[in-house]
Amino acid sequence: MIRVVIPAHLRTLAHVDGEVELNVQGQATQRLVLDALEARYPMLRGTLRDHVTHQRRAFVRFFACEEDLSHELPDAPLPEAVATGDEPFLILGALAGG
Amino acid sequence: MTEVRVLVGTRKGAFVLTSDARRERWDIEGPHFAGWEIYHLMGSPADPNRLYASQSTGWFGQLIQRSNDGGKTWEPMGNKFGYDGVPGTHQWYDGTPHPWEFTRVWHLEPSLTDPDTVYAGVEDAALFRSIDGGQTWHELSGLRGHDSGPSWQPGAGGMCLHTIVLDPNDPGRIFVAISAAGVFRTDDAGKTWRPANRGLQSEGIPDPDAEVGHCVHRIAMHPSRPDVLFMQKHWDVMRSDDAGESWQEVSGNLPTDFGFPIEVHAHEPDTVYVVPIKSDSEHYPPDGKLRVYRSRTGGHQWEALTKGLPQSDCYVNVLRDAMAVDSLDSCGVYFGTTGGQVYASADAGDSWAPIVRDFPAVLSVEVQTLP
Repeated sequence: MIRVVIPAHLRTLAHVDGEVELNVQGQATQRLVLDALEARYPMLRGTLRDHVTHQRRAFVRFFACEEDLSHELPDAPLPEAVATGDEPFLILGALAGG
Repeated sequence: MTEVRVLVGTRKGAFVLTSDARRERWDIEGPHFAGWEIYHLMGSPADPNRLYASQSTGWFGQLIQRSNDGGKTWEPMGNKFGYDGVPGTHQWYDGTPHPWEFTRVWHLEPSLTDPDTVYAGVEDAALFRSIDGGQTWHELSGLRGHDSGPSWQPGAGGMCLHTIVLDPNDPGRIFVAISAAGVFRTDDAGKTWRPANRGLQSEGIPDPDAEVGHCVHRIAMHPSRPDVLFMQKHWDVMRSDDAGESWQEVSGNLPTDFGFPIEVHAHEPDTVYVVPIKSDSEHYPPDGKLRVYRSRTGGHQWEALTKGLPQSDCYVNVLRDAMAVDSLDSCGVYFGTTGGQVYASADAGDSWAPIVRDFPAVLSVEVQTLP
């Protein structure tokens, strides 16, 4: 079970409260987590990454385990603690200092 | 009972204002999509309870929302705006080639006859159409593919297609306006397009009367006379009597002919409204006086409408999509400001009163007159 936290605006859009829990088959990666998130909540398509290229939107960041994973390759394994659900995968709108 | 519904898009959400025909007391619903920029929302003429809204932020991009109940509830629709083929380049501000990049939807124009058909004008400038109620979008790429496309340049607000005017007598004819390329017209429902800018004169471009390159801010048509168009250009208020084949300046006695919106009275095709703004470097009314100007002669002669509007220390702007009229017997006129006021006149502009004073900056105002 992967725990995902999405930004407040997108929680409103997707009609969810708090964390989202997703099942991902195999090794958890950014791509598989986002695929599962968009499959569960189709209205999020295009809000985090480009529809076609799947490139992360410029003002979206991915954090986990106190690390910035925004620039990791989409198919790189996520930290074990994220894969096991001990730590959430955090999706944020980029802030400057906030 | 007749009702008026005013649809207001702001920097921080959408609002729906409703009143009976007296237009004195208003119910306010919203904000919908709180915290998001709502560049435009508009109802279908064929089904007034079908509304479309353009919702966006720089963080999370573009969404399209649809309501089937007059704005009470909304549902996100398709938001995939992919340019047709290899997009190529247009000119950047400094004249260098710049890739075409989708940024946002500036304007949504529902079909006059089919609630499921809606047009979207986007930045970087292109025209999209949905025929399934906003679920999927396809570019009418003959416009961007016009020979002049690679030479189009952005206006100060970006290279946006902001105006879509549908000809009620000819389903194949559509006018669009792009900052800063100008007006284009199709007569074959969007397959092919040609510029419609003859007669425009603009400073700030190498050839002042070029076929393409003018910063047209807005065009307006009265449905009873679709060959007559009115235009607020960056500078100059213009008129065409031949469906955009040629334009003549009708700025006349306006205190300044810079501005953004232009609108036509619902029942008097020669009664036109503009809001003069001091200049392109000072986007507020001259002398701190918020004045709508009305011409009853199709241009040239203009009168200031001031009753109920602030006549001192007012430094707001009125953006291009932020003025509209209702179609009650005594035509109502409405506009919103960057200071968050929405003003209404129930007597064709003779007098004004604010519906609200403290909204976020207003980006768009549309009006529906409901039976």
